[in-house]
Amino acid sequence: MRVAVLSGKGGTGKTLVSVNLSAVADKSIYIDCDVEEPNGHLFFKPDGVQEQEVSIKVPQVDNDLCNGCRKCVDFCKFNALAYIKEEVIVFEEICHFCGGCVLICPNKALSEKERTIGKIQEGSSGQVKVSTGILNTGEASGTPIIKKLLEENRPNSDILTFIDCPPGSACVVMESIRDADYCILVAEPTVFGVHNLDMVYRLVKLFNKPFGAVLNKCLEGDNPALKYCLDKNIKVLGQIPFESELGKINSNAEIAVRKSKKYRDLFSSLLETVKQEVHHEATSNPER
Amino acid sequence: MKIAIPVDDKSVETNVCVSFGRAPYFMIYDTDTKESFFLENIAASSAGGAGVKAAQTIVDNKADALLTPRIGENAADVLRAANIKMYKTTTALAKANIDLFIADKLALLDEIHPGFHGRGGN
Repeated sequence: MRVAVLSGKGGTGKTLVSVNLSAVADKSIYIDCDVEEPNGHLFFKPDGVQEQEVSIKVPQVDNDLCNGCRKCVDFCKFNALAYIKEEVIVFEEICHFCGGCVLICPNKALSEKERTIGKIQEGSSGQVKVSTGILNTGEASGTPIIKKLLEENRPNSDILTFIDCPPGSACVVMESIRDADYCILVAEPTVFGVHNLDMVYRLVKLFNKPFGAVLNKCLEGDNPALKYCLDKNIKVLGQIPFESELGKINSNAEIAVRKSKKYRDLFSSLLETVKQEVHHEATSNPER
Repeated sequence: MKIAIPVDDKSVETNVCVSFGRAPYFMIYDTDTKESFFLENIAASSAGGAGVKAAQTIVDNKADALLTPRIGENAADVLRAANIKMYKTTTALAKANIDLFIADKLALLDEIHPGFHGRGGN
């Protein structure tokens, strides 16, 4: 069972929710797909960390073989190639590594070379397997790292897995939720929070994923995010109170469910609700 | 010499476009014949890499100089490789910038922004 945790912006509580749900489960996998700024490992401090590099294939050109036909330049949908002064120039960071230019070149002037863009780290923390994706600074797209992270963990798809997504609703998030059986949308109780919730709500609808919301930083009084959920008929899985106790635990990079019974109970109950929802979805919509 | 400018409209009274890669048109002005013509910027609707493709258009039309309010890193790399000089526009009207350029009153563009790749969907 794979559960993706996402939100329309950063700082909403994706890591809080996914780390604590993973830590409260009997056995679980935590995958940090927020490859631009992975922080789940700061809480888990995993042991026995194994590392592997992630690379992509980008074109390289032999201008001696190039006859200037420009088929590669015209082919590239992302405009990663230019032809200037009888030479092909490759813009590696724009390249989406489809390999099309290499195939289309009639003179075999283009070939592929490996380029490292980041790495994945895997270790364990108690009963949690911790997988982290790290994109090298300056790289444009973390999608290949996310693909690799999910691929590596695919044989274990029967183990309860929490996917900590990047913020927003762009390609990297789509890649992160692609294989998820269920999505948790984390929202803040503000008008701005509602705007961000709406972004991810529309994304999971588009992907036809079953989902529910967790409302974080809840205070007494009106909660625009709760109102939004009621209006849209979104299942509210749980509410996390805005408390300095939780803030302090989190700021010290400690895991709330391992520090306090109160939060262990809160997240245990949330985990049960999520499991029931996923089970309910699986039996009522088996075609998904 | 030929000067290229990203512009909003296909008119001699047009303003300079704030974007280079995604400008709808390019105005090409020939300082010898004093004639100008307009090119549609096919890069404007690109999913990505609009700057590179737009710069390729400028190179292919054999411009010697580009007058633009700003330009991204990749597009600037293409133009540099083709030895096309970039100058910073200082006023809204395209025509007025051409006059300033001819009077040698435009400075070389020295601020190149890092591009907008990956913002909102890569």
